[in-house]
Amino acid sequence: MDLYITSYCLVRDNRVVVNDRLVFYQENILKFADFIKAVYQQGQINYPKFYKMDAISKLGFVAAELVLKETSTEGLDSGAIGVVLSNASSSLVTDIAHNETIKDRNGYFPSPSVFVYTLPNIVIGEICIKNHFKGENVFLISESFNARLLHDYVGELFENGRVDACLCGWTELNGDIFNAMTVWVTRAGFTNSEAGQSYRPLLFSAENMNVIMSHN
Amino acid sequence: MKPVYILNDNIITSLGFTTAENMAAIERGVIGIREVTDPGLYPSPVQLSLVDTKRLNARFSEILSALHKPLPVDSFTRLEKFMILSVYDALENQPVKPGDPATLFVISTTKGNINLLENRYKTLFNHKRIYLWELGRTIQHFFGFANTPVIISNACVSGVVAVMTASRYLQSGAFDHAIVTGGDIASEFVISGFQSFQALSPVPCKPFDLNRTGLSLGEGCGTMLLSVNPGSSPEPRIRIAGAATTNDANHISGPSRTGAELAEAMRRALAEGGFSLSEADYISAHGTATPFNDEMESKAIELCGLLAVPVNSFKGYWGHTLGAAGLIESIAAVSSLRNNLLYRSAGFDTPGVPSPISILAQNLRKEISMCLKTASGFGGCNAAIIYHKN
Repeated sequence: MDLYITSYCLVRDNRVVVNDRLVFYQENILKFADFIKAVYQQGQINYPKFYKMDAISKLGFVAAELVLKETSTEGLDSGAIGVVLSNASSSLVTDIAHNETIKDRNGYFPSPSVFVYTLPNIVIGEICIKNHFKGENVFLISESFNARLLHDYVGELFENGRVDACLCGWTELNGDIFNAMTVWVTRAGFTNSEAGQSYRPLLFSAENMNVIMSHN
Repeated sequence: MKPVYILNDNIITSLGFTTAENMAAIERGVIGIREVTDPGLYPSPVQLSLVDTKRLNARFSEILSALHKPLPVDSFTRLEKFMILSVYDALENQPVKPGDPATLFVISTTKGNINLLENRYKTLFNHKRIYLWELGRTIQHFFGFANTPVIISNACVSGVVAVMTASRYLQSGAFDHAIVTGGDIASEFVISGFQSFQALSPVPCKPFDLNRTGLSLGEGCGTMLLSVNPGSSPEPRIRIAGAATTNDANHISGPSRTGAELAEAMRRALAEGGFSLSEADYISAHGTATPFNDEMESKAIELCGLLAVPVNSFKGYWGHTLGAAGLIESIAAVSSLRNNLLYRSAGFDTPGVPSPISILAQNLRKEISMCLKTASGFGGCNAAIIYHKN
């Protein structure tokens, strides 16, 4: 079965690339919180819940939304849209934030709004809520970006008819170091939204995901 | 698709260090949850199901000797000890060799070595040890697994998803065998978090009961040894017949109001196995004993037309063990399939969910051939898996 990457998004350092187009660039490297807010605002995503998300969810959410702007989910059953994401550091940044609230017995103030984000798959929940995706979903951990792992997992979902489309990628944040890559995978014959019309789909393969990931 | 069989398994919880010990305790109705006063875990007393530390270290030391590894017991974290002991027990006298490239290794955990954020452990272990991939590498190297583990961290459905993932890899022909291990420890990190949600029960949890007051946390580990070759599988043979995940797309920390998405995962898992809904003999539910979770599950069971099918939750025995839950509850359900004995849903007295599901108020001897195991978690995730007796 031929599967295609019909759109992709890269978020790293001081820039964002969508389908080979540089859509965001800042001369100076900003702190992550400022950077992602600027990308969100420029991307006109318009979803106030963004502001209450933790940092890792903001990163994955924005990387997902920028890909989804290029694609069209028309005609797809929400139950047949999957989300498969991965990273190395799980929710460590938010784990440390929650840990700060329980370190001191005299200032003990653990908060549910922080604790809920101490799971890496919460970003999948955020993406699914925004887009009404209800299909297969999983969060995988690997030491570094593992295109083969993602390709095999997602390929099986299509092979056995579990999904008709799948958002797939890497959403890593550790301290102020971050790197996100999302791709939209579909069967042949899928057409992008107007925004993504000019992009020529790539065959969905581990090699092509590595090519996208190594984009400068 | 190739059938995937369960060759062997292990459960480590407050109730014992083997599947047999755990199931014997559950058959007798032993509850492993008790009030714990330990400032290292929480500033005030809290209901927990804890693994016996003395016995853990004694058994771990025996294994280090048996494997001629001259390492201090405390050079491994609590969770690493759980996982190593559990995998070791599941592999004992089995034909599957860790070093075989055809053996896949899958790990399920929600928080891994999260206790290493605490000051008291910071100087004892390398900072890398907190990463889940490093946890995977530690276990991989201990046994000499040929393959880097696939690590699933997907909240409370992690264990079911890990078994499902291993099963899919085996069905695709990529591997012949799989070792699937899932574990989590009780930690101040997790206890304080659930406490901040006011989700913890002041008494041992009471899944599906009218007077349920939240969940009880537990710790533990479970391991399943899977193979496409049923050769050494004990009779009757149990296979994995289907599995699915769905997302509620509703709320990150509350379940669906309708249960429709969990019901959809159950339908898909059954359909993959070629079963009709009416063929389900037994449901091993998630049953956390929070008001909304149990309510949602009852609605999902009703949506599938399974009101008459016996249901239980094992969380009344060993609490919510997070990344271990899907594995140890699956292994307990498989034990029911092997022995035709369904276990009482501990903590349940009075029906307290909107749909009149058939919760097991007593142990029940019944000829069954299929179990539907479900799980749901934060992030809106649901998972269902089918275990079938040939």
